[in-house]
Amino acid sequence: MSATLPATGSQSVIEFSALTALISALRRRGYEVIGPVVRDGAVTLEAVEKVEDLPVGWGDEQESGHYRLKRREDNAVFGYTVGPQGWKRFLHPPEVPLLEAQRDNSSFRILKKPPAPVRYAFLGVRACELAAIRILDRVFLGDRYVEPGYKGRREAAFLIAVNCTKAGGTCFCTSMGTGPRAASGFDLALTELPGREGHRFVVEVGSEAGAAVLGEIEHRKAREEEVREAQAAVDNAAGQMRRAVDTEGIRDVLFDNFEHPRWDRVAARCLSCANCTMVCPTCFCTTVEDVTDIAGDRAERWRKWDSCFTDGFSYIHGGSVRLSVKSRYRQWLTHKFAAWVDQFGTFGCVGCGRCITWCPGRIDITEELRAMRGVEASA
Amino acid sequence: MSSEKKKPKIAVFKFASCDGCQLSLLDAEDELLAVAGAVDIAYFPEASRRALKGPYDIGLVEGSITTHHDAERIQKVRRQCAVLVTIGACATAGGIQALRNWSDKDEYVRAVYARPDFIQTLKMSTPIAEHVPVDFELRGCPINKKHLIELISATLAGRKPNIPTHSLCMKCKRSGNVCITIARGVPCLGPVTQSGCGALCPRFGRGCYGCYGPAESANTAAMTRMLRELGQKDEEIARLFRTFNAWAWQFRQASEEAERA
Repeated sequence: MSATLPATGSQSVIEFSALTALISALRRRGYEVIGPVVRDGAVTLEAVEKVEDLPVGWGDEQESGHYRLKRREDNAVFGYTVGPQGWKRFLHPPEVPLLEAQRDNSSFRILKKPPAPVRYAFLGVRACELAAIRILDRVFLGDRYVEPGYKGRREAAFLIAVNCTKAGGTCFCTSMGTGPRAASGFDLALTELPGREGHRFVVEVGSEAGAAVLGEIEHRKAREEEVREAQAAVDNAAGQMRRAVDTEGIRDVLFDNFEHPRWDRVAARCLSCANCTMVCPTCFCTTVEDVTDIAGDRAERWRKWDSCFTDGFSYIHGGSVRLSVKSRYRQWLTHKFAAWVDQFGTFGCVGCGRCITWCPGRIDITEELRAMRGVEASA
Repeated sequence: MSSEKKKPKIAVFKFASCDGCQLSLLDAEDELLAVAGAVDIAYFPEASRRALKGPYDIGLVEGSITTHHDAERIQKVRRQCAVLVTIGACATAGGIQALRNWSDKDEYVRAVYARPDFIQTLKMSTPIAEHVPVDFELRGCPINKKHLIELISATLAGRKPNIPTHSLCMKCKRSGNVCITIARGVPCLGPVTQSGCGALCPRFGRGCYGCYGPAESANTAAMTRMLRELGQKDEEIARLFRTFNAWAWQFRQASEEAERA
């Protein structure tokens, strides 16, 4: 091990076998390491302890409404693209208890529960997902009102990015300007080289915390050709991307096409099932439910992921504002690509393709946006 | 008069059903004492011989209407209950017995019973709401006992019960289940079915059977299209929609369209 820590921005190399050491080093520091795992026919995000837990040798095949795991010919650990879950699941969990209260004679008392002190280390964050985390940061931390639960989990998190060396079937990050290279916002970034000269990873240091962790495991300085090889692998992923969104002026296109006939056509295919919003790494909407026990002595308040595709979402005194599926789909897409820009200064889409893959109605967001511009797809 | 607040009276009524839903009240073991402490279970023949006269504050109605006698009885039940809640797929949608609605019931009666002339039954099995106004429908085959407790708690507290009406997919995704339709090509009614079971079947790799009936805004035409793309034949699609909630209008329409196709 080197006596001096690798500098931020420097490129090192670790061997395949060092991955377990990397996970162990993080666990020693008190992190719960969350990484990719093969479960129920997909790559999901779970607690990991060693390299054997990771999807070694697995890739995936993705199309609209279609996902299959595929065996790869090599032993790549990160040879899959994004799975159904994003890191939102951990930073902004689907169901969170907010408070508990107890009746106290004629009043009530809030039973304060300390927030669970979880320190997550995320292994395998793709460039689009780093972009999604930046968007969630803006939503939850970037304004006058900060979401304390998110703040605690986010600030404690250690991020290990992975540069994509293969594009998924529904990816379009290049056109959204979010990938496939992880440019910033990570502690360490890996580029996998499963090549002939031994399975290894080029590691870029993104922070002092990252340097300290790397310093604890076996690593060496990257050779120039290894850095070039890593660069070429990521360029390869960019070149493979088959889908794209033309973002130029898209905000105005959407705001100007409130009554476009395409909204009716997409509504006919939309199941209003909310899958797109659940898998979206930036959809952050929640609902709050109060529950009481039968005796009426205890109450709990829960926050749960909600979706603009439900009736209840737009319920204001007396009824729902968006009764039709058309109005809900329009709301969602217009928020992602138009209203989000006014609200938060970026698009609400990072091009991960999850809403395309996991839509049972096989609706393709890139195709819908093209249609809004008057360019009808052949499909 | 005593200053003690009188406990609300609850009554449980049974129509054409298997009793499974009303049993879920007895099955709520952890909460049963609390329920008994908070309400007066005034009429519940399945559980007790004690039968207090109405009127009742809350009436829980299980089962569908399948006889002339029951069609009259539900009117009396309605008059006795301040709040009337139907529980289960039979009461809310006509139940599995509503499959008779597409057949000749006299033919069934002749085939099944030794003395068909003893059997007096209606041609159709219909949900309670087709006969009397219903204040709340608790879906499911069977209902979720947690929902029943939540419904009673909410009614006692004077608040809206937290019973979801959205798609089952939302529960699957919140729970972290991998979608079996997308990842394995399994036909699943989740996108058009109301959440409530905790995504029990998809969690174990089986497609949703639609036990909780149509979700709000269920787009069954898009669902049928999806099922066809998964290779389901029209008769299979019709059968998928025709189970416990076959007579719920969205599922009914979908099965009839698939049959006609």
